Amino acid sequence: MSGGATWDPLLGRLGLDALPFWSMIEHPTRPEIVNGSIATAAASVVVLGALAVVVLVTRKGWWRALWSDWLTSVDHKKIGIMYVVLAFVMLARGVVEAVLMRAQQAFGLGGGFLSPEHFGQLFSTHGTIMIFFVAMPFLSGLINFVMPLQIGARDVSFPVLNSISLGLTAAGAGLVMVSLVVGRFSTGGWSGYPPFTELAYSPGVGPDYWIWSVTLSSLGSTLTGVNFAVTIYKQRAPGMHLFRMPLFCWTALCTSILMIFAMPPLTVATLLLALDRYAGFHFFTTTLGGDMMNYANLFWLFGHPEVYILILPAFGVFSEVFSTFSGKRLYGYSSLVAATMVIAVLSFTVWLHHFFTMGQDADINAAFGIATMTIGIPTGVKVYDWLLTLFRGRVRLTTPMIYALGFTVLFVVGGLSGILLANPTIDFQVHNTLFLVAHFHNMLVPGLLFGMLAGYSFWFPKAFGFRLDERWGRISALAWIVGFMLAFFPLYALGLLGMPRRMVAFFQPAYLPWTIAAGLGGLVILFALFSLVVQLRVSVGAREANRVPVGDPWDGRSLEWATAAPPPEYNFPVLPEVGSRDPFMTAKEAGAAYQEPEAYEDIEMPANSALGALLCLCGGAAGFGLVWYLFWLVVPALAVALGALIARSFLRRTTRTIAAGEVRRTHRHWLAEVSRTAAVTRAGECDVRNRGRAVPAALEAAE
Amino acid sequence: MSLQRRHPGLNLGAAHQEADDASEVLVFGFWVFMMSDLIVFGLLFATYATMLGATAGGPGPRDLFDLRSAFVETMLLLASSFTFGMASLALKYRRDRGRLLFWLGLTLALGAGFLGFEVHDFLAMIAKGGAPSRSGYLSAFFALVPLHGLHVTAASLWLVVLTVQSLVFGLDTRVKTGLLRLGILWHFLDLIWIGIFSFVYLAGLA
Amino acid sequence: MSGGRQELTPEAARERVQELRACVWGLGLALLLTLVPFALVALGGLPRQPTLWTIGLLALVQIVVHFRFFLHIDLSRQKREDLQLILFSLLILLIMVGGTLWIIFDLYVRMMPAMLP
Repeated sequence: MSGGATWDPLLGRLGLDALPFWSMIEHPTRPEIVNGSIATAAASVVVLGALAVVVLVTRKGWWRALWSDWLTSVDHKKIGIMYVVLAFVMLARGVVEAVLMRAQQAFGLGGGFLSPEHFGQLFSTHGTIMIFFVAMPFLSGLINFVMPLQIGARDVSFPVLNSISLGLTAAGAGLVMVSLVVGRFSTGGWSGYPPFTELAYSPGVGPDYWIWSVTLSSLGSTLTGVNFAVTIYKQRAPGMHLFRMPLFCWTALCTSILMIFAMPPLTVATLLLALDRYAGFHFFTTTLGGDMMNYANLFWLFGHPEVYILILPAFGVFSEVFSTFSGKRLYGYSSLVAATMVIAVLSFTVWLHHFFTMGQDADINAAFGIATMTIGIPTGVKVYDWLLTLFRGRVRLTTPMIYALGFTVLFVVGGLSGILLANPTIDFQVHNTLFLVAHFHNMLVPGLLFGMLAGYSFWFPKAFGFRLDERWGRISALAWIVGFMLAFFPLYALGLLGMPRRMVAFFQPAYLPWTIAAGLGGLVILFALFSLVVQLRVSVGAREANRVPVGDPWDGRSLEWATAAPPPEYNFPVLPEVGSRDPFMTAKEAGAAYQEPEAYEDIEMPANSALGALLCLCGGAAGFGLVWYLFWLVVPALAVALGALIARSFLRRTTRTIAAGEVRRTHRHWLAEVSRTAAVTRAGECDVRNRGRAVPAALEAAE
Repeated sequence: MSLQRRHPGLNLGAAHQEADDASEVLVFGFWVFMMSDLIVFGLLFATYATMLGATAGGPGPRDLFDLRSAFVETMLLLASSFTFGMASLALKYRRDRGRLLFWLGLTLALGAGFLGFEVHDFLAMIAKGGAPSRSGYLSAFFALVPLHGLHVTAASLWLVVLTVQSLVFGLDTRVKTGLLRLGILWHFLDLIWIGIFSFVYLAGLA
Repeated sequence: MSGGRQELTPEAARERVQELRACVWGLGLALLLTLVPFALVALGGLPRQPTLWTIGLLALVQIVVHFRFFLHIDLSRQKREDLQLILFSLLILLIMVGGTLWIIFDLYVRMMPAMLP
């Protein structure tokens, strides 16, 4: 029942052939050498990158700080930052893989340079990484950092659980990275459809890598969702009614609810597939009553809400960006909230449109097609609200705003192609073609990635105390927009020409001009990624000139801007009392911002915990052991995890107290900094005059 | 005042000020998590229903299920729900550790008895040729019912841990909020079992 | 803190009796709702279809009983967000399970009649 292949009790399935260059040594043919070299180069990047980090941390003597300030920290801001760092590392890999695939298809007429096996791994890892290890960590990171600040809380409801969620996600990401060095990843796509991913057809370790990395990340996301939802329900500052929350918090709430209910189907699907592969069950096999249609159904019960898990936080970011950089109240707040909730509920009613062609009744297809098109209505409401927020505003074309405008136009295009696909009759024509690939990239690149990058430039000064370089930021944003259009608009044409997705090579010369154009687009996107790196490098170098210690560089409206940049561990010296929507803007306009509270109190904060880091190691080890049948590793890893959880429950001192005197000192120091700093108008927003104190838009005319 | 509730389920009430405050967030969070778990069970029930016809020529419910055993398991679990309820009342009104531990011990014994019968059932099924690898139907059965058993095992382990803690630390806030959450889990598992004995065992044998 | 029993206020004592009664009622009702379907199947009096309906109906009633008497959930006294949570969960469960059965059994009817029970 172990798949016929033999395995050693000690080494499991591990052998020399798990090394990426082994097959090229054994069979030194030209294609083997090309593919083996690419795989080996990629593996070397992973190994050397990891070594470089270790050497750097050792030489700088950062181990202690890394451990006690970051890895064991349960501060929501630090956990948020670690999530975003993880997302950026994985984004780099995902983009490089995308460019390789575009290159393959640009040379793909009659063959190209990649083997089908290698190409299959590329599109499987690309999809898995981009969804589970870029998008999910990025949005979890942003919500983690921003949401508690926006609702006026000191931390999330369950800080240690937060660190565990990060650990599980990181363990999943680690497994995907390890698969580059040891063994091969799945070739079954990001959705891992059986029966192809069953033992009978994919006996290797690939699907197992996929199963365990995705399972770890989905467990992490479920717990994250619970944590965020409870935080928003229970930790809001006094007076912060639900309908006074910034829109980003609303989208965070809806995303968390989707995570709570939509991750379980994925966990069920991957674990049932694991039972098939490990214990000889017959859920999705082709024999003895297995039924793969159940898998498609389960997977998309998760898969469709997942799309909205990804996109709602970006909607939230754009809502903040539009209103802040227009110097206006968000237009149609209530309708935006209602639209968000409607989208969240409707997202559970449309999953079948991912398999219109599976063979069910036309009535069922029609019902789900109509439900799908209905989602266009609340989404349309949102677009109009954003446009009307811009109307007669004091619009500044900063980096986040460029992303936001690019998003608005491109997202509408993508949405329209979605309305086409929602029609089952049209879907029958273009399903499984590049038209679909163009459509979902058209939703996810502008709708998710642009939102996340906009959020990154928007809140970076809050997190680190200095602004990012504006010039490179704009270059990068424009490169992302142009690169995206060049890379994906041709895929619409290719799809209509009938080119199937996930094809390693083709023999139809008419495709070639389009694949070459898309390949060039891939290069522009690579440049966009490169400019992000340059931007970070330049900004860190010039950080002294761009400091914004007062903490309000963009004339912000919500509570996160009312505290220092970077904020103190406890966020607010005294929890704010909220009397309106946009409380910080109201205070600034009334001249009531930056007040000293009447009294300071001791603040109790959760103490550091190594549990998250430990469970990350255990989860990673258990996953790796399961992939390679190293059961001697799995059992102790799980036992240690369980033991650690029990031991933790015996701990009685889990908080530490920050004395009122220290809070007072820190706050007074900051207030002195505030009064020393000259407020800038929006004309000086992007230069060195901006020290983080803003003249509010309403008072700017008088200035 | 006594009707003031902080979260769904049993509330400790004003007599347990500190634990009552702490429980508001913890218990609500645990409820949310349980709802997520409910979806897992719901989908496994749905999968079981879609696999009813997938016996692939192998044994079906009538060949494998033992009504008497299912009945005993049901009674054990129901009794344990009652004893846990009594334990909760002892915690809330008596603050009497001896009585609390008595009811918790009884609950644990009933839970262990349930697990014993269940494992015996599974072994008997496998002996009759009803192993999970025999057919899609049996796969679905062995994903749904043992998952419930696994939950009961985890809950029993948690019960043991909390009992030890109450001996070490007394009935402090952490133990009280822990017992509140374990109570929710315990009763929730009995709810799932209603689904299992009705839709799996009884409907299978009807 | 773990010492002997403490005196209860009259109000608390009344409340305790109330909750104790709820617990016993819960046990009694649950017993009844369990024994009836088991007896139906064991004795085999009714034809199959009505038996199945009865089992399903009694199971639903018993779930409500457990919610009411063991989990202390009812519709009147909750904070709104808690009630919202449970109702929303049931809605999602209904969509997912109902949708799954609708889709998969339709597929069986059209393509794999052998999979129909």
